[in-house]
Amino acid sequence: MNGAHDLGGAMGFGPVAPEPNEPVFHEDWERRVYGLMAAVGDVGGWSIDEDRSACEAMSPATYLKTGYYEHWLHGLEYLLVKHGLATPQEIATGKILSPRKTVPEATTAGEVWERVTGPGSYLRQPQSPARFKPGDKVRTRNIHPETHTRLPRYARGRTGEITLVHGCHVFPDSNAMGTGEDPHWLYAVTFTARELWGRDTADTVTLDLWEPYLEPA
Amino acid sequence: MNGPQDLGGMMGFGPIAPEPNEPVFHADWERRAFGVVLAMGGLGAWSIDQSRFARESMPPAEYLSSTYYEIWLAGLERLMRERGMLEGEPKKLKKLTKDEVASRLARGSPCDRATNKQARFKPGDRVRARNIHPEGHTRLPRYVRGHVGEIARVHGCHVFPDSNAKGRGEDPQWLYAVSFSAHELWGHDTADSVTLDLWEPYLEPPA
Amino acid sequence: MAHDGHDHDHHHGSELSPIALRVKALESLLIEKGYVDPAAMDALIETYETKIGPRNGARVVAKAWTDPAYRKWLFEDATAAIASLGYTGRQGEHMVALENTPDTHNMVVCTLCSCYPWPVLGLPPVWYKSPPYRSRAVIDPRGVLKEFGVELPATTQVKVWDSTAEIRYLVIPMRPAETRDWSEEKLAEIVTRDSMIGTGLVQVPA
Repeated sequence: MNGAHDLGGAMGFGPVAPEPNEPVFHEDWERRVYGLMAAVGDVGGWSIDEDRSACEAMSPATYLKTGYYEHWLHGLEYLLVKHGLATPQEIATGKILSPRKTVPEATTAGEVWERVTGPGSYLRQPQSPARFKPGDKVRTRNIHPETHTRLPRYARGRTGEITLVHGCHVFPDSNAMGTGEDPHWLYAVTFTARELWGRDTADTVTLDLWEPYLEPA
Repeated sequence: MNGPQDLGGMMGFGPIAPEPNEPVFHADWERRAFGVVLAMGGLGAWSIDQSRFARESMPPAEYLSSTYYEIWLAGLERLMRERGMLEGEPKKLKKLTKDEVASRLARGSPCDRATNKQARFKPGDRVRARNIHPEGHTRLPRYVRGHVGEIARVHGCHVFPDSNAKGRGEDPQWLYAVSFSAHELWGHDTADSVTLDLWEPYLEPPA
Repeated sequence: MAHDGHDHDHHHGSELSPIALRVKALESLLIEKGYVDPAAMDALIETYETKIGPRNGARVVAKAWTDPAYRKWLFEDATAAIASLGYTGRQGEHMVALENTPDTHNMVVCTLCSCYPWPVLGLPPVWYKSPPYRSRAVIDPRGVLKEFGVELPATTQVKVWDSTAEIRYLVIPMRPAETRDWSEEKLAEIVTRDSMIGTGLVQVPA
């Protein structure tokens, strides 16, 4: 969706403000939100794509007014309700008001290191050969899906060149909707600043884009 | 600028909420805000293009969480601050008087200008909106940049906002109504179209 | 947004801010429902607060600077080369290493969310996740670099990588010339987080 999260090329946000000696978390509640999301993610049954999609569903003004872990908190609450793990009333009160849903056993402390560092992959067995190879010129489709996509607005309808072929990867546009992984070939595609922004420099931007986003130039 | 005012094609704002029997103003402060912004505009200290740019320059999160007249007020404050009108001696500017209001409003502020330049395009010509991303004020929205449309009308030669908003003069340019199909703009398969008023410097012949 | 809305959330003493209360209620609900093991939650937090961070990435860079075979492997198969040092898992399942040279400066952003190579850099800093960086890195990379004190010659091409998929990018910065006889351990100490995002250069401390 063309939401407030799609920030590439937007102006007016002022300078980048790096913080010297920045702590990993700024407030204890941020630490807790991170921990909850990571812990519940194992039993919740949602994908990272669904998670991102949930954060993007915030109203644009709220999204821009709130910080990163508030986006996470919004996404977590949304997913808990959507997947029947908690009701809005339970979230508001912190009290159990409905039966517990049967879910996989919660991760134990002893399993955490293995879960965090263990193998995981978004790579899938291809069902067809890759349509493009490095050096091919491609044009991104000018699509405006109402649902989750990883093709940002600034890169739509632009011509670039295939730089890397990453393999066949889970397709977020489908996976976020819970309609299956629908794996597609994933490419790093490089665009010149001139093509993207009409600026006269030799600089480039490279994005990871799935085959359904692309057509031959 | 690619600022928060450039909303065309944005999603996530929810349904449109028409209000039955909507009053002209919803609070007395809105009435006063409207009055003060128009009265201050009457001083001639800034152009409409400068006032639009002042509003667009609000931080995006603030812009999107403000109401219409809050944005007007923020714009007015910015215009005054930029001109040193918020401190020190008042500037010597001619106030708009009560007697002038009716005639001023009736006259408006026409922005068509005489020109010797020939229009580059005529109705029916196909044109591409240039893919430019200026940091200053522009009336070429992001959603139309790089897309091909057709000249629907030639409006005449008009004050060019991109220049006028910077205080660099009116630099009048030919202005066209340009129609784009929904398919071209959004990839949607409909026969619907969107027409925008675009100045000649925004346009080029399609390659 | 620069400080991500923390200031107004700051409450003195033991009084909790509204959002802290909201999180506390959620935490007790999820623990009580048996969806979360509190000890596991603490372990997850501790992992990224104390165990996994940019020191990991710095060791990858230092090894790439001192071991030509490792360097070759890193640019051919970053996932395997990085895993060989024990850095694997979440948000680093598919790694690509990007080589900075006098001609090419790579920098990484995620315009759509906050994608970042956790196993080698830990959790991202606030500025990386905030609108100013996410909006500007792709359209004005040199302006952003200037704010980080990095000015590159016009002859250096800036390549920005927008992490739109599950591929995670690690920038391998240039090694300062004056470190020729340094050990791998000593080199790892001067590799900064920002140099591995591409918003900084590695410098020998004065």
